[in-house]
Amino acid sequence: MNRSQHILGSGLVFAVGIWVAWVSYTQQPAEAFLFPRLIASVFVVLAGWTFGKAALGLSKVGSGVSRTMFLNMVPGLSLMLVYVFWAAKALGFYTATAIGFFILLSLYDPAPHSEGKTWVKRVLITAVFVAVMYGLFAKLLSVYTPREILF
Amino acid sequence: MDFIFYFGEVFSPLSFLLLLGGTIGGLILGATPGLSPTMAVALLIPFTFHLEAVQGLILLGAAYTSTVAGGAVSAILLKIPGAPANIATTLDGHKMAKQGQGAKALQLSFLASAVGGIFGVLLLIFLTPLLAQWALAFGPSHLFWLAILGVTVIGSLDSASVVKGLLSGCIGLWLATIGFDDIMGAQRFIFHPSLGGGINIIAALIGLFAIPQVLTMFAKGRRADGAEVIEVQKHSVLDATRELLRRPRALGIGTITGSIIGLIPGVGGQIAGLVAYDQTKKFSSEKEKFGHGHSEGVIAAESANNAMVGPSLVPLLTLSIPGSPTAAVLLGGLLIHGIFPGSDLFDNHPDVAWTFINSMLVGQVLMCLFGLYVAGLAARVAQVPQSVMAAIVLALSVFGAYSVQSSMGDVYVMACLGIGMYFLERFGFSAAPLVLGLILGPIAESNFIQGGMIADATVGKSAYFLTGGLNIFLIAVVVASIAYSAWMELRSRRYTTKEEAQA
Repeated sequence: MNRSQHILGSGLVFAVGIWVAWVSYTQQPAEAFLFPRLIASVFVVLAGWTFGKAALGLSKVGSGVSRTMFLNMVPGLSLMLVYVFWAAKALGFYTATAIGFFILLSLYDPAPHSEGKTWVKRVLITAVFVAVMYGLFAKLLSVYTPREILF
Repeated sequence: MDFIFYFGEVFSPLSFLLLLGGTIGGLILGATPGLSPTMAVALLIPFTFHLEAVQGLILLGAAYTSTVAGGAVSAILLKIPGAPANIATTLDGHKMAKQGQGAKALQLSFLASAVGGIFGVLLLIFLTPLLAQWALAFGPSHLFWLAILGVTVIGSLDSASVVKGLLSGCIGLWLATIGFDDIMGAQRFIFHPSLGGGINIIAALIGLFAIPQVLTMFAKGRRADGAEVIEVQKHSVLDATRELLRRPRALGIGTITGSIIGLIPGVGGQIAGLVAYDQTKKFSSEKEKFGHGHSEGVIAAESANNAMVGPSLVPLLTLSIPGSPTAAVLLGGLLIHGIFPGSDLFDNHPDVAWTFINSMLVGQVLMCLFGLYVAGLAARVAQVPQSVMAAIVLALSVFGAYSVQSSMGDVYVMACLGIGMYFLERFGFSAAPLVLGLILGPIAESNFIQGGMIADATVGKSAYFLTGGLNIFLIAVVVASIAYSAWMELRSRRYTTKEEAQA
């Protein structure tokens, strides 16, 4: 795997470790940070070791993210971020789920986009799925979710 | 023999319905590649909020048992292990299916699973009360070391890299400290308002186990997996039973190996299946047939991975140390109902403990009966395109995380942890020790603080935490597990991966 990916990944973990240690040893009251200090000390040592190994090119475990994998993932990941951090609350859970579900099917379904019946199938699957989710969460479990548009 | 008195509750209409639903649903979910037993149980937890504790546990226990067995369906008919525990089943099971013995392989796998599973649950029944009584002698220092042991054992044994496994455990322990400190009320690491109440365990479990699977499916892109279901011809169940009885060595080695491995925290079903397969092959007079569609291979692998299920709950129910990632999720399911494992569980909630354990015994029989009939349907479900599975799992994760406390903050935490875990996994980190750290962190911290107070008033911290027979024993096990894993890693330890089994 790309050595720089290992360095980037372990470097981020090391940076978090340093931040955790810094907060643990500087924040007051000290009694509240006794346990975090214990953890932070081990965290920094292990993260430093991992980063050092990555920097020296000795990291063997983990195959990283290839360019193809990353490019495949970007549309789905972007949609997921929009769905979770904006649409679910702004549009309502069920509307956002219906739109998100349909777009995901359209993006990743291996069936050809040129055939009309595959689009009908996607719409039907989306409708059935959202109906099941509504029945399960709104009716059976009585979970009140944000509802902005439609339902 | 307390367990006998609580059998009636398993057969109450709602409990039995949940057991049946959990078993059939688990068989189908288990057969679906990409849906691991851990993830299936994590996604089911929000559905247990509205149930009594015992009913919720029955549902989760049934799903745990049957997802492991259900994974054999896709392993045999599609050559895709439904779960890592079914990797060894693929080696001979798929060959049998290709030779027109698919039905026989499925029947043998469910019968062997039931035998192994029942033996494992009986071990759970007879070992748990003994260990729970022993756990009464544990003080804060012992409980602190036990929690650390839980994280280090899984961190070192369950990960391909010891250092990264332990580091994952540390990250989990740190995440558990986020929020308000219980004693001083001080804010710790609250860098976003969503973290004000700390990290909700259920939302975290869903994120850590479900979202990486979703992203893995996305990463495969718009591609048809092309897995072809092998049609199965009819085969007499009686003949399959006779065949199973003719192979007592494979059944015995699988069952005993699985049970022993299940008792060791951190060593999962994947290892149980592969070790049992390997040992059976070693002792078999028909070694050359292994890998070419030999029934002993299927029997050994499947009896082992289901025999592991019961014993993996022994350390969980007695010492709060989950024996497997799925057991860790079950611990989360117990905690949300205010039930703490250990002697408290058997002294104050014997109905919950024994009904749950009994339901697993009945579940093994149901799993065997329905497995044979659901196999065909499960294999069809396993062909559902990954795009549909990814979209379903994503939506269930969002709804499940939100329904915990009706909080968008939990959804954000779930998504962030899940995305972070996906990339950490790609760099060799493991979710299991992180989850263990997150779950056992509060137990470790409260006992560390409590023990510290006792120590200050008596013998001092060093003497309190580092001396005494039990403390030294627990510290020795922590050190030994790390040293053993490091030694194995230096010897280039490698496990058979899912991809290798399919190749």
